[in-house]
Amino acid sequence: MQIIYILWLRQIKKYFRSKSRIIGSLGQPVLFLVAFGFGFGSIYKKAEGGNYIQFLAPGIIMMSVLFTAVFSGIELIWDKQFGFLKETMAAPVYRLQIMLGRTLGGATVATIQGVIVLLLTLLVGFKIDNLFLLPLGILIIFIVALLFTSLGTAIAAVLEDMQGFQMIMNFLVMPIFFLSGALFPLHGIPVFLEVIARFDPLSYGIDGFRQTLISQAHFGIGIDLTVLSIVTILILFAGSYLFERIQA
Amino acid sequence: MVSENRSIISVKNLVKRFKDFTAVDDISFEVKEGEIFAFLGPNGAGKSTTIKMLTTLLKPESGQIEINGHDPLKHKHAVRESFGIVFQDPSLDSDLTAYENMQLHAVLYKMPRDLRNKKIEELLKFVELWERKGEFVKNFSGGMKRRLEIARGLLHKPKILFLDEPTLGLDPQTRNHMWNYIKDINEREGMTIFFTTHYMEEAEKIAGRIAIIDHGKIVASGTLEGLKAQTKTNTLEEAFLSFTGNTIREEEASSVDHMRAMSKMWRKRR
Repeated sequence: MQIIYILWLRQIKKYFRSKSRIIGSLGQPVLFLVAFGFGFGSIYKKAEGGNYIQFLAPGIIMMSVLFTAVFSGIELIWDKQFGFLKETMAAPVYRLQIMLGRTLGGATVATIQGVIVLLLTLLVGFKIDNLFLLPLGILIIFIVALLFTSLGTAIAAVLEDMQGFQMIMNFLVMPIFFLSGALFPLHGIPVFLEVIARFDPLSYGIDGFRQTLISQAHFGIGIDLTVLSIVTILILFAGSYLFERIQA
Repeated sequence: MVSENRSIISVKNLVKRFKDFTAVDDISFEVKEGEIFAFLGPNGAGKSTTIKMLTTLLKPESGQIEINGHDPLKHKHAVRESFGIVFQDPSLDSDLTAYENMQLHAVLYKMPRDLRNKKIEELLKFVELWERKGEFVKNFSGGMKRRLEIARGLLHKPKILFLDEPTLGLDPQTRNHMWNYIKDINEREGMTIFFTTHYMEEAEKIAGRIAIIDHGKIVASGTLEGLKAQTKTNTLEEAFLSFTGNTIREEEASSVDHMRAMSKMWRKRR
């Protein structure tokens, strides 16, 4: 337990020490929120969708959770390259402890990032329907963060260096974001797109999050939480398996 | 000292290949409990690769290893509980402070809390980094990082301590200081020391037994006196050149010039 804790703490310390990274990673969600939110706002209203900022904000919050989480996981590659991984791998601790400490740390960081973006959306005019459901919303953020940190870790366990990073951003992370219903409602879209969205775990994270914050749902919170939990556990197992096989 | 008879490290016919390059080529050796054993060889001889296989970090191609009675392939955890290691290349977290790096290590190796802080202070003072304990490692010079790595490796008391070129880049004073400390814990605690080096005088002064490794093969092993007697030479360096020189001749038939060039290079490097 202490081992998981100290590795968790390491991730948190590293996050709060890189101020430039925190500020830098807030730029993108703010840009998206302002450009899309105000840019498409009037069209969205004319199409009788309602207030677009209200719809978009949960998607943008989850976007920043997704990016931070995947990146936290992929950071494992730095540890490989700068050698710190050897220090943990030669120690008499179980690989699952190392994996869990890192992943929980990364997921906590991504959750904090999500909450900061949530506060920013309030400044732009986002309103939470039911404040009592906010803790459930933050729990959903954490599950999504855990899922994608594990995914990042699993990918990093197989990669040798950061060269593949661009490819992962373009062919995995970006599609996960754009096809998830973060930017548009999932009902009334072409069937093929809806089918793709159903295979995208982030869709369920955003759907559940929207339901708790603004009482709008496509799948429904029950399905959302079930799918998220199952996928998270599966990816955690896959990540641990790949982590176990790393050779220094 | 502990019983001299038990082999705490035993290696038989160990092989490791990277694609078509054979890094470790069928080596066998034994290290007795409480012994100081040196792996002497040029860069790229297979020293680090061997250490990585002994310490569960790398899977061997074939051969048997036993560390403190356990097989690193089957009982990784038991093996990891038996050793401590100072790596050849950096393994610190440069975003953490010197103290935090030490602390993390102490927790990973499950040191009791009261002992932890005392030992960290003792070792940071020993490597003269106590005044800078709160600084981030990324601001340290190469030599300071090296000293911190060594201090961290000495924090807990394993049965076997692996030191992979521990003194690389350190000045002679620090090197001397460090080896005295290591010899002292070897004598007091009976800790087995396995180290690699390409400094002749370190192997000469510190090691009880030396194995000379070149091109992935152990070309000779024994005590300092034994190696000198075997080659009828007066110093370890001459013995070393006599052994490693032979290997070059075997591999590249009759290229005497090449051999001379290599031995010249080695003399310079010293």
